[in-house]
Amino acid sequence: MKRATYREAVRSAMRQAMSGDERVFLMGEDVGRYGGAFAVSKGLLEEFGPDRIRDTPLAESTFTGAGIGAAMGGMRPIVEIMTVNFSLLALDQIVNNAATMRHMSGGQINVPVLIRMATGAGKQVAAQHSHSLENWYASVPGLKVLAAGTVQDARDMVLAGLDDPDPVVLFETMVLYGMEGDLDEEAPYDGVWRAAVRREGDDVSLISYGSSLPKTLEAAEALSKEGVEAEVLDLRCLRPLDQQALEATVRRTHRAVVVDETWHTGSLAGEVVARLVEGAFYELDAPVERVCTVEVPIPYAKHLEDAAIPSVARIVTAAQRTLGKG
Amino acid sequence: MSSSAPSDRSHARTLLHQMLRIRRLEEKCAEVYTQGKIRGFLHLYIGEEAVAVGAIGALEDEDAIVATYREHGHALMRGVPMGAVMAEMYGKANGCSRGRGGSMHLFAVDRHFYGGHAIVGGGLPIAVGLALADEMLGRRRVTACFFGDGATDEGEFHEALNLAALWKLPVLFLCENNGYAMGTALDRHEADVELIHKPAAYGIPAEKVDGMDVVAVERTVRYEAETVREQGTPRFVELNTYRFRAHSMFDAELYRDKREVEEHKKRDPIALFTARCREEGLLDDEALEAIEKEVAEEVRAAVEEAEAGEIEPLATLASDVVSREVP
Repeated sequence: MKRATYREAVRSAMRQAMSGDERVFLMGEDVGRYGGAFAVSKGLLEEFGPDRIRDTPLAESTFTGAGIGAAMGGMRPIVEIMTVNFSLLALDQIVNNAATMRHMSGGQINVPVLIRMATGAGKQVAAQHSHSLENWYASVPGLKVLAAGTVQDARDMVLAGLDDPDPVVLFETMVLYGMEGDLDEEAPYDGVWRAAVRREGDDVSLISYGSSLPKTLEAAEALSKEGVEAEVLDLRCLRPLDQQALEATVRRTHRAVVVDETWHTGSLAGEVVARLVEGAFYELDAPVERVCTVEVPIPYAKHLEDAAIPSVARIVTAAQRTLGKG
Repeated sequence: MSSSAPSDRSHARTLLHQMLRIRRLEEKCAEVYTQGKIRGFLHLYIGEEAVAVGAIGALEDEDAIVATYREHGHALMRGVPMGAVMAEMYGKANGCSRGRGGSMHLFAVDRHFYGGHAIVGGGLPIAVGLALADEMLGRRRVTACFFGDGATDEGEFHEALNLAALWKLPVLFLCENNGYAMGTALDRHEADVELIHKPAAYGIPAEKVDGMDVVAVERTVRYEAETVREQGTPRFVELNTYRFRAHSMFDAELYRDKREVEEHKKRDPIALFTARCREEGLLDDEALEAIEKEVAEEVRAAVEEAEAGEIEPLATLASDVVSREVP
């Protein structure tokens, strides 16, 4: 166990995977000489050489498609797309090719590609660099979707994604790259496909993932000072969702707030609420609350950006509402 | 222009036999489509057979193929059994994609046939990736990537050519130029109709060949594929051809003159090749009759196999969406 940043955890996992399996390589924009737009792959070019750390042209669709093709050809590519915003240029390859190939071929082929991308707001980089679109990918059969909200998961999800025979989309949170936490570089990592209880409590369930997880934990501490003990459930795997864990948490608390940085309409939180209603309606003692992003392209100015995305204060207020307070 | 001459009797027979297999299978497809046995999109290759026959005949068996949604001929040429192709169009469990793909998504990965792809241009990055895997794993094979003139409009076309050239990957880009992007004529969808100017912009050597001349296609693609194999870098061939039938079964062909179609039919690749073989004394009536008979029997058996095929049980609806459920 050691202290490390989220960024270092991703790097450590990629280094471990590349050292252990010659089929693993990394490609993406500025992953090599630049060291990665968020410095995630810094030093890997020197360690593994240009054949395995490949700087690509600014052609998201084609380098993602090439990752898919290379996976079909027997490699284990890691495709880094700088942010989810740019991934829309590769949506055709991810949705029409990676996700369909196995079923459309009658099970003849699988596509073991790991597609990593940063997501989320909070750095004042405005609308075209700040969106959260995890819910789009989480709605596509044929994909598996992970979102890392802790330092350990940032490492474990890279390794679990590479071990998986199917296309995996891994969301890393832009504002968490510098976050420090405990990192066990020898830990088993196949637990990432299931939700995890990050804090126990009996009064209300706060369900979250990725960028919103640290805020949600902070909100739980604030609630605790008011005598409300919240359970925090980290979804971790956004497709498939862990239905059992969702039902289990409301069976304990009977109240839920779902926190998610995607836009309110059509949010991933909306899907979670639907599943709670379908699977555990009679367990609920209060309407389920959602804390999502306000329906606006993320603005530049700090006070506007802060107001657009989920905040500790909004989570606390929503939790109180489920308890009939405020 | 006539067709070039094949090298000998056996060569003549092989080429004609393969072209006729595609032609007669597709004529039967059109017939059973009208009976409602095949549904969805059905894109016929009739008129373009010399391209798949010449090009795939010139490849090695281990070479990879990425094709488009007009790929019945390519699948047959790669050795996918005609019965499995027909059964797929019938949506049956004995189809080559177990009824999941249909006409547009024939797959035979064991024959390195990586599918029919129906997003125009979407197969090009896949082909580049397959070639990248070959290069990284030290496999000396060529990836042949088929696409139409319409694909050259797409951003992915330009991105894929650039990446293949930049990373020096063994891809043979085969542009089946039939003059139309669905119903839009080449000069209405391309600012520069000289398609080989485009690979030139990425430093990729390119040449054009008469796609109605099966021997010329074979000769050209053999040379180009061998060069790709030897040098490990991409090359490009434009194959000029023409689609005699509608784009799909839903197409009323309002965008082209019937006289234009009739004019092109004078250069039917099968008729041209047959005439040349007769002139050269390589095929006589008896031989032609024997080939037709053999093909008719194969088509008949393929239909029978498709008709007799089971449908996939509904219980398997969601199978093979992923290859492993999460732990």
